[in-house]
Amino acid sequence: MSAQILGLALTLGQLMLGLGLLCATYRLMVGPRAQDRVLGLDSLYVNAMLMLLVFGIRTGKTVYFEAALIIAILGFAATMALAKFLMRGEVIE
Amino acid sequence: MNMAPDLPLWAAIAVALLVLGGAAMALIGSIGLLRFDNFYNRLHPPTLGTSSGTVLICAASILCFSILGTRLSVHEVLVVLFMTVTTPVTFMLLARAALYRDRIEGNPDVPKSDG
Repeated sequence: MSAQILGLALTLGQLMLGLGLLCATYRLMVGPRAQDRVLGLDSLYVNAMLMLLVFGIRTGKTVYFEAALIIAILGFAATMALAKFLMRGEVIE
Repeated sequence: MNMAPDLPLWAAIAVALLVLGGAAMALIGSIGLLRFDNFYNRLHPPTLGTSSGTVLICAASILCFSILGTRLSVHEVLVVLFMTVTTPVTFMLLARAALYRDRIEGNPDVPKSDG
């Protein structure tokens, strides 16, 4: 009973996060200017990190949590570098 | 499909509600990113996913692993702390870059300078 409730809720949550990934991908591919694409990429990796956390709850393993932490850290560095590039035209001055 | 862990009923309901709430927040943020018409409006909705979405899903993960492992597991707090600290920094920097580019090009729908 409880495993069925949890399984249904986890499937619904993964579907919602997948729709969010699709919205972010649309903004990444179509977005009229470069800053919209960077924003879409940022939203894409946040949704992917949440998806990994939900997957970790479903399987009961902690490996996915470590992957989510690495995505959070590297995504921050990537968005930071892209914003710096949009501002200056180069990343390291 | 039926790989969900075997929790007691109250914990399963609590984890299910937390996961659904967090995923709904992330979905609302992404739909806002899709539908708003201006970059400066579009900058706001994704923070819904990075703040409350992350907090709710990490709370579900903490609850699930604390009950499965029969001891408190708090490393998900690291993700919450990291997202809360870094999101304002990146979005401020991105907004400043966009403002700089729009002002260089002389676009008419740019927010006014206060100086």
